[in-house]
Amino acid sequence: MGCKTSVPDSAVKKSERVLKAAVLIQRWYRVTMARIEMRRRYSLNIFQSIEYADEQAQLQLSSFFAFMLDHFSRLDADSRFFESPSVSQVTDSSLSLTELEKRIEVPDSYYGPRLKFPLTPADASALLDAFKNEELLHARYVLQLLHETRRVLKEMPNITHLSTSYSKEITVCGDLHGKLDDLLLIFYKNGLPSEKNPYVFNGDFVDRGDNSVEILIILFAFLLIYPNDLHLNRGNHEDYVMNVRYGFTREVLRKYKVHGKIILCLLEDVFSWLPLATVVDSKVLILHGGISDTTDLDFLNLIERNKLRSLMRPPKSVTDIKDQIKEKVPSTTPNKYSAHQNISGKRRDISSSRSSPRRESTSYAIAEEYQRLVKDGMSSGLLSATSVSDPDWSTEPTQKEWQQTLDILWSDPRSQRGCVPNKGRGGGCYFGPDITAKLFERYNLKMLIRSHECKQDGYEVGHGGKVITIFSASNYYEAGSNRGAYIKLNPDLSPRFIQYQVSKNTCRQNLQERVSTVEWSALKALREKIYAHKTELTEAFINKDRTGTGKLSVSDWAEVMESVLCLELPWRTLRPQLAWSSPDGCIEYMTCFHNLKIGKPVEEQVQPALVETVCRFRKDLEMIFNFIDKDHSGLISLDEFHQTWRLFCVHMGIQIDNETIDKLANSIDYNKDGNIDFNEFLEAFHVVHRLDKKADE
Amino acid sequence: MFLFADRVEAEIEKKVIEAFEVFDHECNKTVDVREIGSIVRSLGCYPTEAELQELLAEIEEEEPTGYIHLEKFIPVMRKVLLERSYQPIPEDVLLHAFEALDENKCGYLTKEQLVKYMTEEGNMTPCISLGWAL
Repeated sequence: MGCKTSVPDSAVKKSERVLKAAVLIQRWYRVTMARIEMRRRYSLNIFQSIEYADEQAQLQLSSFFAFMLDHFSRLDADSRFFESPSVSQVTDSSLSLTELEKRIEVPDSYYGPRLKFPLTPADASALLDAFKNEELLHARYVLQLLHETRRVLKEMPNITHLSTSYSKEITVCGDLHGKLDDLLLIFYKNGLPSEKNPYVFNGDFVDRGDNSVEILIILFAFLLIYPNDLHLNRGNHEDYVMNVRYGFTREVLRKYKVHGKIILCLLEDVFSWLPLATVVDSKVLILHGGISDTTDLDFLNLIERNKLRSLMRPPKSVTDIKDQIKEKVPSTTPNKYSAHQNISGKRRDISSSRSSPRRESTSYAIAEEYQRLVKDGMSSGLLSATSVSDPDWSTEPTQKEWQQTLDILWSDPRSQRGCVPNKGRGGGCYFGPDITAKLFERYNLKMLIRSHECKQDGYEVGHGGKVITIFSASNYYEAGSNRGAYIKLNPDLSPRFIQYQVSKNTCRQNLQERVSTVEWSALKALREKIYAHKTELTEAFINKDRTGTGKLSVSDWAEVMESVLCLELPWRTLRPQLAWSSPDGCIEYMTCFHNLKIGKPVEEQVQPALVETVCRFRKDLEMIFNFIDKDHSGLISLDEFHQTWRLFCVHMGIQIDNETIDKLANSIDYNKDGNIDFNEFLEAFHVVHRLDKKADE
Repeated sequence: MFLFADRVEAEIEKKVIEAFEVFDHECNKTVDVREIGSIVRSLGCYPTEAELQELLAEIEEEEPTGYIHLEKFIPVMRKVLLERSYQPIPEDVLLHAFEALDENKCGYLTKEQLVKYMTEEGNMTPCISLGWAL
């Protein structure tokens, strides 16, 4: 600094030294914080990429699932009401509360809440208390609640209009995904819903978390008590096909062993009656996903929304429009599978952006696949001609209705201009600030509030402040992964954000430990994916390995990982966690698979590629087998297994021959009685991490 | 020899892009200018705040927008990594630094002492949670 002072030299020297030391420590500290930040971000990246890739796979499998649903979940019309209720009986609105009361008995030993309709705030409190104590609401009350909810929802328009008059602040919450603790925390911080405390819940109440049932019950109860102050928007997970895959269906069947199926039937109906969007003061649009360049709110306001039972099933009317494949009566000889090899090519094309209109290509591709499956099913003997029925045109949505709803429930905003197909999710689109601006101009709007994407801080503001993402499930991926938040919207429509994070153990951890927990979990998920693609990866590695030394350059290794797994991740940064490198800087690629194996050894005749396929699609296969297993015995016949497996492989573009399937089937028919316990089968394909340090909580 | 240097440079560039993209959460090849420090540091560099400001001057647009573009970042960062600027701090030097602040030679610093040094001395934007390190 050079100024003359009367301070002695030694003092100056000392303070200089202290200054230098402080600056040095600052430098080091900042680097450490930067590293932690990097780890935190790529952990969330990993979770998100895997999640979206999985959702995309679901959408691609949707035609397969739709097919399975159509042909295997049809319930027996003349079975007893509670064992196998007829769908029409359940969805028939003339089934009354008193009917349910008569048919379903509540034993004296039941100490949970006994609801009386119409519900009062006391009932809501009783429910909250019960759920805090981990009690279950009796099935009769659940059914009555759903019945009443459907009645009330039916009266509501597709788009609800609210006002902040009387100086009421409106609270807007995002995805909850079955996390009861978050809902309870919101109520604790913000108060229960009432005329003075209106709420909007923006979809995705269910799936993934463990308490989807409880959350629905609470939300529906408040809806019945305060129908003008508790508002629900449908999310992409309020969809029975999604629920089968993402855990809600399983939760219901587990908690309600006798009445689960009928509850699910009724829920399918209730979900289809959920409103699609909410508008506050004619200026703020609230919906679950986003918008597209063709979003037409006037059109959406007028559709019969309950015709859209599931967005995972394209409307059958589409098949008529592009009717290249005619349904023929099956010949006596089965089809050869080689003819269907193009399915695998089609599979990847479903969500690619072509020059032809995006929407048509997506839905036509899905519809074509559906048609192919019907053909395959018929020719393989899995289906009889009579089980394939004509769709009931009066209940089928139109192509436009399906597309418009898909867009608002599945789209994501991004900062680049334009509107392109949402490749990450496989449905809806990515919309830019220009799309937002155009919509706002057309409908005289000021703000768009949406959810659908997990955000680190619970919320995010984009498009110059015009688009807000609100996400209310904290610790969504893992304890400590993210905060949740909700919005307080006051009469001048400026939003206030309240953040929170549910924590049990995490509050006792420091930052490093919290980030490490999330990172470990993310890497575990990634390693499982790597294992499930072992054959493909190994082939690709060997292909690139010109020298045959078992080593690849970092660049080559990263290229293979990205192209096979289809995940855009910072591979070079992640490399130390995934594979070993030799002193010369090359990667020993087979070390990617170290310390990973499946739960139970499978007999050697079964090819590794098959094993991996099962690992990859374990949850989907579980779902499929459950469909086939009509009597819920946990067993399916060898024949059923054979047919289904063949169909599945054909759909996935995997070459398979009868002998291999027979070998696989026999290897899992452990007691050789012609039946397969598929739960046991699937359990064996659980990927095990040998170095799993995290004990099961 | 040249080929090898080319490959090394290509690798460095890919590393830079990767680190950048982790912070580019809107996937549009820009990051908030406030994240540049984290990106540079996560690539293994230990600049002081002053050095970082100099770096930013090279990367920012003529009229700063608050965002940095990848295409401007790559050449600057590549040079930094090739020239090995902003070397890491060896552990013993770091230890000396802590000892220099430990006036009473206790062998430790209290949280308050450390916060005081971090926020008063040197060219500092306030340090927030130090609790983790102690």
